[in-house]
Amino acid sequence: MWRVGTIVALHDETLTARTITLEVSDWPGHLAGQHVDVRLTAPDGYSAVRSYSIASAPNPERRVELTVERLPDGEVSPYLTQEVATGDRLELRGPIGGWFVWRTEQTEPIQLVAGGSGVVPLMAMIRSRASAGSTAPFRLLYSVREPGAVFYRDELRALSDRDHPVSLTYAYTRTAPKDWPRPPGRIDAALIASTTWPSNLVPTCYVCGPTSFVESATDLLIASGNGRDKIRTERFGPTGDRK
Amino acid sequence: MANISRSFSGRRSAADVKLPPGQYLTTDFPVLSAGPTPHVPLDHWEFVIDDGTNILRRWDWKSFRDLPTEIFTVDLHCVTRWSKLGTSWEGVSLDTMLAEVKTDASHAMVRSYGDYTTNLPLNDLRNKQAWIAFRFDGKDLAPEHGGPARLLVPHLYLWKSAKWVRGMTLMHQDKPGFWEGLGYHIYGDPWREQRYSGDK
Amino acid sequence: MSSQSYDYLDGNAAAGELSKIFAMDVTAAEGQCAHCGATKRFAEAHLYMQGPGLVARCAVCEHVLLRLVNAGQRVFLDMRGMTCLILDTSQVQESSG
Repeated sequence: MWRVGTIVALHDETLTARTITLEVSDWPGHLAGQHVDVRLTAPDGYSAVRSYSIASAPNPERRVELTVERLPDGEVSPYLTQEVATGDRLELRGPIGGWFVWRTEQTEPIQLVAGGSGVVPLMAMIRSRASAGSTAPFRLLYSVREPGAVFYRDELRALSDRDHPVSLTYAYTRTAPKDWPRPPGRIDAALIASTTWPSNLVPTCYVCGPTSFVESATDLLIASGNGRDKIRTERFGPTGDRK
Repeated sequence: MANISRSFSGRRSAADVKLPPGQYLTTDFPVLSAGPTPHVPLDHWEFVIDDGTNILRRWDWKSFRDLPTEIFTVDLHCVTRWSKLGTSWEGVSLDTMLAEVKTDASHAMVRSYGDYTTNLPLNDLRNKQAWIAFRFDGKDLAPEHGGPARLLVPHLYLWKSAKWVRGMTLMHQDKPGFWEGLGYHIYGDPWREQRYSGDK
Repeated sequence: MSSQSYDYLDGNAAAGELSKIFAMDVTAAEGQCAHCGATKRFAEAHLYMQGPGLVARCAVCEHVLLRLVNAGQRVFLDMRGMTCLILDTSQVQESSG
């Protein structure tokens, strides 16, 4: 059940986050939103397992991209963001998960709500939509501490600026860019009301990020009229990592 | 056979110390939990020793804190393979508390706020082997590490050192607690590497 | 009665471990809590994974739904906390093998 992937590319998304591109020769394919478990083993047999969302859309090249955020006291993320090199091999289990997924057959409006590194599986959904040529209406509300912490900025801008765009709203919580219309702060009912799909359109919502973010964003979406069964969630650890 | 990850060592640090078999030294203090952290107001806290039918002795926070305490330094060994050496605590010896109870019971089921339980022979709680600890490293024990008070039985794996302790039920025969009933060893001696049920 | 500490993950985080045992994806399954009767997606369960074992708790009442321990060569699974698990076989997507 553990497959081996070879690192073919590394790309820094921010000062602390890096995308690792793996080629997995026996990859069975995946759906947007799924994750993998990565297992690292030290020479003395000590091992650690962490879950990472797949950032890449389903593709025929057996390519799996993971965007990993380095945690200050992490055990695995410093290794993945600073030590690994192209050519290195990683063990992975997956793809995992069948609920927090977006399938290209879905045509209903989609509301994506990302807290920090929670944007990763949502980006896989956005990429999947693009590569499938889907025109499903997509909106992304992306909560992030500061501009330097944004993942995939250029790609998101391009996708927000074309036919059948992915409407994009940044919510900066600590530091906003100069002249930003909204002062820094967490997402609130007003932002939900002004930037997310109206609930009467019955969107399917995907919320991902640290647990506290997911709980509060979910409560806000429900308060604005979305049914609980229309909201799919994925919680990362309190610091944004799944351990 | 797992793929070795080039130059991965994890969070461990090397040291010339004698550890129980299969353990790794750690310098931080991992927080392991089976459920939500209880938040117990001190004016509600109690520690109850019962025999399954009758309460034999009960302390509230005030009467518990009136008991003589000890400051001690012990090593901790978690069954998940990390060991933390030289941890400093303040607590009440179980010898002090059990001295106030007359019993011929052989075992105890320790109970925590929340639903956690763990079983031990009473003799492992006696003879300076166990404490109800309420301070760690000179500060009040934080909730995520088991505060207001936790059991500390350092000669056994750390799952026996029940966090958020609220009492114990005395028993005349051993019964498995939360983890002992699901694959972990009934006793749990790290020096004999008794991790799982069936380990000798 | 949910935890104030937000120190839990959710059923998605357990899916990798559960894929060792279940042929089908469990996160999309509905599970009924044996204590309070709430029926919810397993993906919404509160997951505690950093202890000696994996513990999934009902998001409504926090009672244990499921526990899993890797004990050397054996896996111990306790599902007494669920009355039942309901899986949709029309969703062909299987968990990883």
